[in-house]
Amino acid sequence: MREIHVSAISDAVKKLCMEANYDLEPDMLRAFDRALTSERSPAGRQVLEMLKDNAQLARTRLIPYCQDTGFVVCFVELGQDAHITGGLLDDAINEGVRQGYTEGYLRASIVKSPFDRKNTGDNTPAVIHVDVVPGPQVKIMVMAKGGGCENRSKYKMLTPADGLEGVKDWIIECVKTAGPDACPPLIVGAGVGGTFEKAAILSKKALFREIGSPNPDPAIDAIEKEVLERANRLGIGPQGYGGDTTAFAIHIVTYPCHITSLPVAVTIECHAHRHKEVTL
Amino acid sequence: MSVTTAADGIKEVVPPLSDADVEALKAGDRVRISGVLYTGRDAAHARFLPLIENDKPLPFDVKGQIIYYTGPSPARPGMVIGSVGPTTGSRMDKYAPGLLALGLKGMMGKGSRSREVREALQKYKGIYFGAVGGAGAVLSQFVKKVEIIAYEDLGTEAIRRLEVEGFPAIVVNDCHGGDLYEDGMKQYAR
Repeated sequence: MREIHVSAISDAVKKLCMEANYDLEPDMLRAFDRALTSERSPAGRQVLEMLKDNAQLARTRLIPYCQDTGFVVCFVELGQDAHITGGLLDDAINEGVRQGYTEGYLRASIVKSPFDRKNTGDNTPAVIHVDVVPGPQVKIMVMAKGGGCENRSKYKMLTPADGLEGVKDWIIECVKTAGPDACPPLIVGAGVGGTFEKAAILSKKALFREIGSPNPDPAIDAIEKEVLERANRLGIGPQGYGGDTTAFAIHIVTYPCHITSLPVAVTIECHAHRHKEVTL
Repeated sequence: MSVTTAADGIKEVVPPLSDADVEALKAGDRVRISGVLYTGRDAAHARFLPLIENDKPLPFDVKGQIIYYTGPSPARPGMVIGSVGPTTGSRMDKYAPGLLALGLKGMMGKGSRSREVREALQKYKGIYFGAVGGAGAVLSQFVKKVEIIAYEDLGTEAIRRLEVEGFPAIVVNDCHGGDLYEDGMKQYAR
């Protein structure tokens, strides 16, 4: 049994939270450049250029890419041969969030109760999902999830008769209703199958795949490409000012489901797609 | 006039704005705003509502002014402000017509507004500007001075008086019924 002290977890989460907010991943920078080669709208091109400048300024001056520095969503793949020592895993993650947001000049955006709406002051707690996996390692994946786009995420229980076409139409409907509000160009994560909560979690985890990379399943990859093409024909464009780049990617993850069901959860993610991961 | 057209075709906007200034702006116009912007978002607007309903004064006189929907991230030492991009305007739809009736001339955010707000822009002569969402680091460079003027307890949602220079935005909804989002989508849909 390999021992990992909670302080190593906190330190890692702190670093990931800060880096995610200042340093956009290279796949997003490549997505901006790719879009600039095909975007016809002058206003859309101006937005994409500004986003490239924004990423550069965020990285060099350590100013958060977006003032909404997000809700920390943390996926942990906990090796079953690893033993967390010195405290609780959740506490360690939240301590990392607290330190990262306080010391990193990141915005506190979380309220303690959805009803009284008092800010917790340090952006805790995170939303934490843990999967137990083989091996002695712990993989921590952190996303700083913006609220504006999260507000446009949606869920629908389709029927088996709605089928694949129903799923495609629903994803397009979600992109259309997200429109300019969710800061397009978007990344769209779709969780299809499982149960109500399983589909929602898959739709979030789907966002971590590298933008522009193919889905490992060639049949689903073809579906993703078709839906992306349709999304980009909607005309919404960067920031909704009109254009050809409404989404950078559609990521679909599936799971077996009940004979009566076809759940589809769609997480809408903005171009401020801030995520980092580390393996301890 | 507080709205003039610069040599590069971009409109220079300097609040406070008059009805004539507002009428000179059309959906799709690129603008640079210089002067004062007041920040306010969900929590501050929620506090405005009972004041408006009871004819009590707001923390600042909204006549001719622009409210910027934003909650900035904290400033690092030596910096004026942190990241300061727009938040979604539709969450303030409930409050906007009442503020426009009091003489507010501009709102700046991102995303679509309700039919009621768009009608109020026509009725009271107002403008909804769009700033580029998620470009908060770039936009911070146009802010020269910041002062919290009310509701400090709200933290990022406090009302701040920003002095800006050449702050870039675009007219999304004008007072003539124009809507950049509708026009843009129609033009590029395939």
